[in-house]
Amino acid sequence: MNISSRAYAIVVLMLALTLSGCQTVKPYDYTNFHAHPPRSILVLPPLNDSTAIEGTYGYLSTVSRPVAEHGYYVFPVAVVDQFMKANGLPTAAEMHEAPLARMAAVTGADAVLFLELKQYDSKFVLLSSVTTVEVLAKLVDTRTGTLLWAGRGLAQQDSGSSSNPLASLIAAALSQVINKKTDRAHLVSRLANANLFDPDATGLPYGPYSPKYDRLP
Amino acid sequence: MNVRRYMLVVALMLLGGCAARPTLYSWGNYEDVIYASYLSKNDFPAEKQIAILEQDYQIARSQNKRMPPGWHAQLGYLYYEVGKTDQAQQELMTEKTEFPESTVFVDRLLHNLDKVGRVGGP
Repeated sequence: MNISSRAYAIVVLMLALTLSGCQTVKPYDYTNFHAHPPRSILVLPPLNDSTAIEGTYGYLSTVSRPVAEHGYYVFPVAVVDQFMKANGLPTAAEMHEAPLARMAAVTGADAVLFLELKQYDSKFVLLSSVTTVEVLAKLVDTRTGTLLWAGRGLAQQDSGSSSNPLASLIAAALSQVINKKTDRAHLVSRLANANLFDPDATGLPYGPYSPKYDRLP
Repeated sequence: MNVRRYMLVVALMLLGGCAARPTLYSWGNYEDVIYASYLSKNDFPAEKQIAILEQDYQIARSQNKRMPPGWHAQLGYLYYEVGKTDQAQQELMTEKTEFPESTVFVDRLLHNLDKVGRVGGP
């Protein structure tokens, strides 16, 4: 084997590994989604099943961007939260239980994104820590109550592997605003969101504001 | 064929997948401001949030980019919090113009603002 053919073999192996990552996933059934394609999405604060109280807003504050960049109108998450609290729904659980018809009447949203934060924590093991964020998502049509899409986002990051370029960019941006020690799980939330919304066969389809609108996921 | 060149092309292709893709909107510090305000309202009062968002807006304008959905409504809400109801109203109107999907919600906020001078009030 000369050097050139060995290089070929490596390239082929790398491509095969890249491709195989896409093949094993069972595609989501988008029939309901295409029957009621939403323009606007109301994101409610997540139910927080994790051990971290701060996870509710640490996670909520990362959801607007991926959903809006998918091409949807996303209602201002903090204004919605304040509005709901001022109108008799003081907790995320109560917001999640409110009738869909009322949500639609108050906001005009086509769909509500119900999120459930399952994990939002850092576990310390000897010298390093592993941060895990896991979230379940359900997108529901406000007029019919139909489940349009559901997904799961999971991301883990080892404190040793701080070389993630995305996370360090975000950390740099965040440190401009916050003088506190940054919250690792908040940063890992963005990676979990990428795994939730972006995958080709299971992610959230593109909406009307995206140049990729109408392209099948 | 040069092996190094192959490796370089593959490396560039893999890196290309990670490079920043163009975004629909100029996000600035919008999400970080929301995060920080919930983390510690005392360290991060509405005035400070407004200053950061207005600065982001200038940057976006200089780059001819749009603010994301919800952004003007968020800024409007902050202006209401510091008692600047005219600016609050103006930002809410902008949200509606930029994104007609917000009409029902923003009209409700404007109505409350007119009635009792409170955005979130019943």
